Amino acid sequence: MTEELKGNGHIESFTVDDEPTEGVVGSEEATAELCALAPVGLLAELTHRCPLQCPYCSNPVALEGAKNELTTEEWCSVMRQAGEMGILQIHLSGGEPCARKDLEDIVKAASDAGLYSNLITAAVTLSRDRLETLQKLGLDHVQISFQDVDPVGAEKIGAYPGALQKKLDVARWVTEMGMPLTINAPIHRHNIHNVPRYIDMSVELGAQRLEVAHAQYYGWAFLNRAALIPTYEETLASIEYVEAARERLKGVLTIDMVVPDYYAKRPKPCMGGWAKGFMNITPAGKALPCHAAESIPELAFDNVRDRKLLDIWMNSDAFNAFRGTDWMKEPCRSCAFKEIDFGGCRCQAMAITRDPRNTDPACALSPYHSEMVKIAKAEAAKPATEFVYRNPRNAAEVLKTKDEPLVPAE
Amino acid sequence: MTGATTSPGRLIVGRETRPKLPPYLKLRHDAGRGRWVLLAPERVLTPDQTAVAVLQLCDGEKTVEEIAATLAEEYSAPVDVITTDVLDLLQGLADKGYIKG
Repeated sequence: MTEELKGNGHIESFTVDDEPTEGVVGSEEATAELCALAPVGLLAELTHRCPLQCPYCSNPVALEGAKNELTTEEWCSVMRQAGEMGILQIHLSGGEPCARKDLEDIVKAASDAGLYSNLITAAVTLSRDRLETLQKLGLDHVQISFQDVDPVGAEKIGAYPGALQKKLDVARWVTEMGMPLTINAPIHRHNIHNVPRYIDMSVELGAQRLEVAHAQYYGWAFLNRAALIPTYEETLASIEYVEAARERLKGVLTIDMVVPDYYAKRPKPCMGGWAKGFMNITPAGKALPCHAAESIPELAFDNVRDRKLLDIWMNSDAFNAFRGTDWMKEPCRSCAFKEIDFGGCRCQAMAITRDPRNTDPACALSPYHSEMVKIAKAEAAKPATEFVYRNPRNAAEVLKTKDEPLVPAE
Repeated sequence: MTGATTSPGRLIVGRETRPKLPPYLKLRHDAGRGRWVLLAPERVLTPDQTAVAVLQLCDGEKTVEEIAATLAEEYSAPVDVITTDVLDLLQGLADKGYIKG
């Protein structure tokens, strides 16, 4: 990943991203110390309501209805508790966080609690007035997703007419107002050829940061894998382009990249390790160690309505289930990399192998690896399938069907 | 692939540069963990004592030379060594967009 400031010796740096795939890029030691008592980052999924219907959405397939969402006071209490226990950064996400009419109250509570706040938005419903209000209330950073740099492509992916122009408008307001801007570029076979244009657009908009986020195949993206996964060759070419651009744009644009782990040899250190530095609160108040954790049926999650945030972080069964390395089976248990990648992603192990204690099949040591990659490569070689758009109607359909588990190699 | 973008905005930190933190970076003492943190978009940086001392002097008015002189006096260290170290540190930060001139 990003080469950080380690060369200098005076500063360690690590990401506190909303993406479970980012993991920790700085020194393990610094992170361990920072996370000893509390996570550094908290992802608050304020709602699952969203004007867009992107087929790679990171929300669970079973979407939460508006009536179960936490109240204003409950979210504000989460912000206060987060600040008190030592959480440093808060990511206000969704769904679309702007769908909450009380976003202003929540941003103010976060700011009062000393949290560095990040609004992760699709931006299509955000007005300039509202953005100005949020800035006055203490919002620190805005991240806007761009489904494509091409208006037709953007509209097909998000199923929202005129989305691109609206997003460009909001992005310009953010930089005009002197706030830092991150462009989030979710990458897949329909827009991977536009990676260079994403980079140019980010520079033109005056963004500080661009996330080239290759789709990660869980939840909605797993359902849509045959519609989304690019070929190995396309993936490699995009990675090489980004690496060259990083060098060229030093001091102008920071580019973070999340690569598709299907084409990797080693799994990503998902979440930087389970319950090590991050926690996620769902719209209904469930506290999760990662935002896909509900896909693991054996886990029961505590709710911020019932228990204090710090108590959940320290003592919740779901947080302790895969903390550290004691839960591991072979080949993880005896692996030299077990403290580096923590066996990869528990949710991917669950989705593909039906056992969350198995090695992430993205790891070349997993007996499921070769079969998984073979299927993915075959999907990438064929014409893309139709999107299963992320909306409550499709969620209901999908939850009725059962798929067949993958068979491991001998 | 096309789209070569040039790099017009890179700050090269020199002795005459007057460095400052952009408004969206927050240098904060993290009491719970007993250390300083620099909060940035989607990043937490953990500066050591030296880096904190430098960053606290980056007010957009003092030059790198003046910052180095102040630190050299404070820590009774050779100013040349300090200057090199400060330039290295600030260039690294500038390349991440964390220091402006």
